[in-house]
Amino acid sequence: MTNTTPIAANDSASEKETHAASNSSILPLRVSNLGFKAKGEDLLQDISFELHAGPRTIIMGPNGAGKSLLLRLCHGLLEPTSGTVTWHSNGTNAASMKQAMVFQRPVLLRRTAAQNIDYGLKLRNMPSAKRAQITDDVLNRTGLARFADKPARLLSGGEQQKLALARAWALNPDVLFLDEPTASLDPAAAHAIETIVQTMHDEGTRIIMTTHDLAQAKRLADEVVFIHKGRMLEQTPADKFFETPQCGEAAAFLRGELRW
Amino acid sequence: MNDISEAFATALQLLISFDPALFEIVGLSLQVSLSAVAIAVFIGLPLGAALALFKFPGRGAITILINALMGLPPVVVGLVVYIILSRSGPLGVLGLLFTPTAMIIAQALLISPIIAALTRQVVADLWVEYAEQMRSLGSGRLRAIPTLLYDARFTLVTAVLAGFGRASAEVGAVMIVGGNIDHVTRVMTTAIALEVSKGDLALALGLGIVLIGLSVSINAATYSVKQRAEAVWT
Repeated sequence: MTNTTPIAANDSASEKETHAASNSSILPLRVSNLGFKAKGEDLLQDISFELHAGPRTIIMGPNGAGKSLLLRLCHGLLEPTSGTVTWHSNGTNAASMKQAMVFQRPVLLRRTAAQNIDYGLKLRNMPSAKRAQITDDVLNRTGLARFADKPARLLSGGEQQKLALARAWALNPDVLFLDEPTASLDPAAAHAIETIVQTMHDEGTRIIMTTHDLAQAKRLADEVVFIHKGRMLEQTPADKFFETPQCGEAAAFLRGELRW
Repeated sequence: MNDISEAFATALQLLISFDPALFEIVGLSLQVSLSAVAIAVFIGLPLGAALALFKFPGRGAITILINALMGLPPVVVGLVVYIILSRSGPLGVLGLLFTPTAMIIAQALLISPIIAALTRQVVADLWVEYAEQMRSLGSGRLRAIPTLLYDARFTLVTAVLAGFGRASAEVGAVMIVGGNIDHVTRVMTTAIALEVSKGDLALALGLGIVLIGLSVSINAATYSVKQRAEAVWT
């Protein structure tokens, strides 16, 4: 913002809008003493960390560690049974509107590819001309433009996941959660997804992703949150994590010999 | 045996001669049943979807009740509507008894639970798949209702057809509240009942054949459209 003149009453509304769009991020995310219990079993316990704007965070850990659960709790799809998830904003509504999530298996509506993207924007109450423009834009940028009018569910698995990512991208979120987005894709499709995630990161979207693919984690991570048996064992910058992990479990995990 | 061939001959003759009495009866049947379906769709789709999506005390009981009402006997519905619309009934002043409107009301009551119950099941299944993604996109449950109904559209066609089938085939309710008055409230099923009691089995069977033929063509048309659409959209 370069506008330094005092805000006049009549343009305070537009001022607020630009301001909100440019720098009132919902970050940092503060997770403190987070716990989740289901059927008497502690699935996550005593998890605390802060995520600030900037680096890409990869949540790692063996199957069943609670990675997906942690993403869902942060995104607000589940209510924690203890502890808190706090975003830097006033109303919780505003925070949820600035997040998006891509799931392991894309859930696409029984509509065309373009309509799937349009739907997400419609829920943000965006006027239709703007929706059309953004939809065109993300379809082009994800290489899906030629599928715009094709039923989304007839696309290949990789294209479907790309579309799910495009739908998230269209929302221009502050934070994007990705839950094993390439787990069921072939290497080429996985690479395409990684490229888009990288571009979104470059454009300022905070990436928080789970994966159990070590090579992918090494390619994408700036920092690693390592979870094991429902507990967070470390939050470490990526280069350090992959060379000298802090805890024995992470070392064993990286050697591929973690005991369950 | 003789009756059956005679019936086919009668039916064919009625059809090719464009018998105006027959077409009047068929027309009224379609008008009454399709209107009832339209009303029941209006009630049943949102009601079924709401039952699938919202959790509230008594939801289980309402679901059981609506499922049970799918088997509602038409004569009972007819009787209840008759009591309500009769001169001394609560809505007697409207003077609706023995009019097509009364028949539409009765059939709509009869098939709304069918459409609601089937919709509830279809939408509940779809919600299992969609819930997380839709909440992530920022949709509340209320906003999800039109989305789910739209995305389940091809499956819901079957629910609507079930309702139409029930409405066009029933005789008990329309007989009681319509009265089978010639040129006013006579529909195919009540006409068949009348011809049977008069002993004109051939005409009755002829009408029956027309009724079945109509039902088969409506279902066949819907089926082929649905097949083609489903191949593309699921």
